[in-house]
Formats: sequence, C-alpha cells, structure tokens
Amino acid sequence: MVALIEAVDVSKRFAGGLGRESTLALAGLSLAIHAEKPSIIAVVGESGSGKTTFARLLLGLAEPSGGEIRYRGANLRALDRDGRRAFRHDVQAVFQDPYGVYNPFYRVDHVLAAPLRRFRLAGSRAEAREVISEALRAVGLQPEEILGRFPHQLSGGQRQRVMVARALLLKPKLIVADEPVSMVDASLRATILGSLRKLTDEHGISILYITHDLATAYQISDSILVLYRAYLAEAGAVEQVVMAPCHPYTQLLVSAIPRAHATRDWLVQEEDSRRNGLALTAMGCCFADRCPHTMPACLAAPPGLYRTAPRRAVACVQYHDYPTLPPGNPGEVLSV
Amino acid sequence: MPPKPSEEHVSEPILQVKSLRVGFDHPQGVVQAVDNVSFALASGERFGLAGESGSGKSTLALAILRMIKPPGRISAGEVWLAGRRLADLDEEGIRALRLAGIALVPQGSMNSLNPVLRIGRQITDAFADHGLHLGRGEEERRVATLLAEVGLSEVVARMYPHELSGGMKQRACIAIAISLRPKVIIADEPTSALDVVVQRQVMATLASVQRDLGAAVILIGHDMGLMAQFVDRLGVMYAGRLVEVAPIGEIITSPRHPYTRALIAALPSLERRGTLVGIPGLAPLLRELPPGCAFHPRCSQATDRCRTEKPVAREIVRAQVACHLA
Repeated sequence: MVALIEAVDVSKRFAGGLGRESTLALAGLSLAIHAEKPSIIAVVGESGSGKTTFARLLLGLAEPSGGEIRYRGANLRALDRDGRRAFRHDVQAVFQDPYGVYNPFYRVDHVLAAPLRRFRLAGSRAEAREVISEALRAVGLQPEEILGRFPHQLSGGQRQRVMVARALLLKPKLIVADEPVSMVDASLRATILGSLRKLTDEHGISILYITHDLATAYQISDSILVLYRAYLAEAGAVEQVVMAPCHPYTQLLVSAIPRAHATRDWLVQEEDSRRNGLALTAMGCCFADRCPHTMPACLAAPPGLYRTAPRRAVACVQYHDYPTLPPGNPGEVLSV
Repeated sequence: MPPKPSEEHVSEPILQVKSLRVGFDHPQGVVQAVDNVSFALASGERFGLAGESGSGKSTLALAILRMIKPPGRISAGEVWLAGRRLADLDEEGIRALRLAGIALVPQGSMNSLNPVLRIGRQITDAFADHGLHLGRGEEERRVATLLAEVGLSEVVARMYPHELSGGMKQRACIAIAISLRPKVIIADEPTSALDVVVQRQVMATLASVQRDLGAAVILIGHDMGLMAQFVDRLGVMYAGRLVEVAPIGEIITSPRHPYTRALIAALPSLERRGTLVGIPGLAPLLRELPPGCAFHPRCSQATDRCRTEKPVAREIVRAQVACHLA
C-alpha cells in the first residue's frame, strides 16, 4: 500500500547571509499519509518550530535540504507534467490569512472558478455554478450570499470558508491547512473547524492541520505531531498525547493553556516553567535549557525517537528503555 | 473557587464609566459603536472585556482615554478617574494623564515599537514627554528597574526591537506602560500573537507589575480561558453594549446572557472532545442593528419580546445583565 504522500527524513536548512550561520528549520521528519483512511493530523508547535516549513515542503513550495517528499511513491522533484498535475489536484492548501489571498479587484467567484477552468472540471457555465454552489453549501455558506460579491464585502470567517470551499472543489485527497483559524474570531473558529471535520468525515479528505493552538488540535484531529525548534518532540493519537503527554515540552504546552473550567492556578504555575539556567549544546537535546528533567545525557547527544506504545513516538531520553525508531523509516508509528 | 468579596470592591472606585456613548458619523446616520456603557473599577481590580471583533471593546478603551478620532466622537456619558471628571480636563491635561494616570497597551503593540530606536530610549521618551527631566544616570537606573520589573535583563535597554522575541517585545511594551506608575492599565489583546507558553509568561508579568503598583487592569480579549484565569470580573460586550457583567467565577459556571453562554461554548476545551460549538450567524452591522435585542437573530431562545423590545441592563448583586430571559 503506497502512501498518498510521504515525507522521508526531510530536513530544511535556510542558508545564512554573509558570515551568518544557517538556520535549521526542520530536522529529519518522517510522516506517511494514506488516502485510504481519511483523518485529521495536527502539527503543533510554537513560532519557529518548523511547522509551516513542513507544510511548504509537503506542498512542493519549498525544496527539502535532505530527505525527500514522495507523492504516490515517486519523488516530488522528479514528477513529470502529468504527475505534477495530479499532485496539484490531489493536494490542496488553505492558508492563514483570509485577507491576503484574495485579489481585491476580482469578485470572489474568480477564486472559485479558476481551479475549475484549470482542471476542466465543468463543461458549462451552469455546471460550474452548480459545482461551486455545492462546495459553498458543504462549508455552511449560502451561495446567494457569497457569489457576485467582492472580498471586502465578506467577513474574515466567510472568506476563510470560501477558501475551504475552493480546496474542496477539486475533490482532493489531502488539504494542508496552515493556521486556518488563527486570524478569525473565537466564535467563528468553531464553525470553520467544524466544516474541516465534515470534509474528513463526509467527503473522505485527509487534513494536515498546522496550528499553534493545542486546544483546537485536540478538538478536531485524530493524531498529532508536536514540533519544537525543528525537531519532532512527540507524536501519536491526539487523545493520548494531550491527556497523558510524555515529552516535557508537550507537558509544558498542555499546562500553559488557560482553562475556563479549572482552578485558578494558571499564573502561579508559570513560575515552575522558568528556564533552568543551563546552556544549550550544539549536539544535545534542543529542549535541555527549559526542561525540568535535564540530565547530563541530554546535553551530550540528541535524544533518539522512542516507541513508547504501538502508535506513539517520543524524543526524550527518559524513555530510552523503549525501542528506538530508525530515522527515515518510522514504520506505522508515523503513518496515518 | 468563588472570589472573596474583598474590601477593595466596597471602597471608592478608581475608574468610573457612566453611560458612555461613542458614535461614528456615517452618511446613513450615526453608527453607535459604544452604546450606553457603564461600569466601575476598584483599584487593584482586574476587569475583563470580552466580545467578538466589532463589538466595541477597543473603541471603549480609546474612549476612556479620550482618543477617539473623527468621524468618531463621544456623544454622551462621563469617565471619572480617582474622583476627577476627565471631560473637565483640557487637551494638555488629558495628555498628561495618558500613561501617568491610565496607560494603554494597544493591540499589536509589540509591532508599534519604533524599529530604529533602542528600547531604553523608547522608555525614556515617556519621561521627557511628561516633563520629567532626569539626569542620564538616574534615567538609566529607572530603565533598568522597569526592565527588571517585567523580567527583562538591563542589556535589553541597549537593544533594538528586532533583536527581541515577541514575548520580550510585549514585555518591553508593558515596561513602557508602567513607566509613570499609572492607576489603570488597559491591555488590548496583549497576547494575541504569542504562543501559549509565552502568553502565560507575559500575563504573569502583567499580574505582578499590577500587584506591585496596586493598579487596576482592564484586559480586552475574546479568549474566555484566559479571562477565567486572569480577571476578577468580566464584562461581555455585544454590538456596542455591555450585555453582562459579573464576577468571573459566576460568569463561567452560570452565565446569564445567552451570548455569554455561546462565547464560553465556542472556547475549545481540553475537557471533552468534539464539543466545539460555534455561534450561529454573524455579528450584526452596527448601522443596521436588528430591532429589540441585538442578539435575537442568533439566539436560540429568542421570544417575541426579544424581537421588539430592547432589553435594559438590570442590576443583580454586584452584577448586571441585559436580557429579557435572564
């Protein structure tokens, strides 16, 4: 069973300018997404963790510095014209900014009709309108309220849902959604995330949901990857990772979410998460300077990726008794 | 944990907003961005203002500081700070009061730092602007103290904004805000661009400087989780009106207004999965407000009375709510 899209030990390093050091944006991440079992995979991390770089690599918008991205078993760089066209059809993107993606001079119909023309999906104008209306209704919008309008006449939430509808038009196998709700209001967030979940459940589309918000990831996704400073910290089923985090960074992330229905100790706990005063070493664990459990081993070598449960991987030496996963071939642990 | 009725809440309020109205002139009539808002703040109190974008939260903050620019104007109401009516102050008086009496940490303020000035200079600017002419040594000492108060090292004074992370920039903005020891700090979504770990650091910083100064804080935002963990009392705004005010513990466990209930339900929780519920419909346009209660088209419990009669805010013990059903 060949994966729809597969990242094999991909890394990305951005070259520094004159005399500057290069920046490692993503270090050897592997993930296989199969089209047969549609699901939502969340990639969570703070700014600079490499999550957007990973999305750009998967979309073919950036070239990996190491490893490769495979589409149906073939290297993305080596695809021929037809292969590339099929890839552009199967894998769609929804970006963060629902304001920047529109050309203000065109009506929103334009952004919806262009992909239909490009892939010749509609025989006539009437058919195109029918397909577009159907996609808009699938994301909870009324076509008559949307079509014929200019972007500035729509709210941020409506615009973002139009982008989800656009991605849906092509009946893709995977949608890469990079922070799709970080710029919309909290009250609309739930609606947009709900329409994403519907795409997976009713249309069989997998979604790679890139976010810094662990709470929304927990609400809609099935599995989760936690990145920290270019490295994978922890991966597994979302229920396990969020409810019983293994990696100290995931534990910090979970505790830092302000909860409405909890004791008011959020601010007090902040004191426990201060830096420990240790300096990072070039070869050690990238979390060693913030970790409450740092040991000499953490500063000497990078942690391996340990398989603590059948579908769970943790990059922390505290779990060194478990079997190590080879980089580049994480097997079924990082395969969805 | 119900908040204890402390002495502070009984004492004379530090800030009082009385029937404040802000209108924006529009060819089709006046758009009421803030409509008849009243509340009072005890010194040392942390007050939250929640609501969707466009509900008037930021406009209210600007109106308190008399910073509304045309076509907007304050059409009615009064703001009192420590027993003084701000409307009685002239332009110079209100300018002196900003930062020294009420400090604003504006939305996206970490991007409002001047990119070509060192952080230290941006803090001392405030001293000079408020007529404090200090010697260089004294200035440096004050800057170092302020930076220490927000948990930054004194070397930050000699750094430029681009050398700081988002959380450090936001803390530098808090240092500027507290530089003249204000009695009230208004923080407009101070952590919206930061990740959760840094958000908690910044909020803890704000809490500690607020405690040390004994200042009251108005926190503007829409994250009910953050409100639940930070503020003492919460006001919920919808379409320019304050629809509910109550101590935070009460508002989270038993919200009275249906809109407050919807806001809390829209918060992605870590307690139960698959419980995310959006608020149906869209916030109304302020110049085409529906008759009766502005929330009725989106309210699942709306009655005929809600469709015709505008609810008036009613006082309940230490709280108020503007809903026919509550």
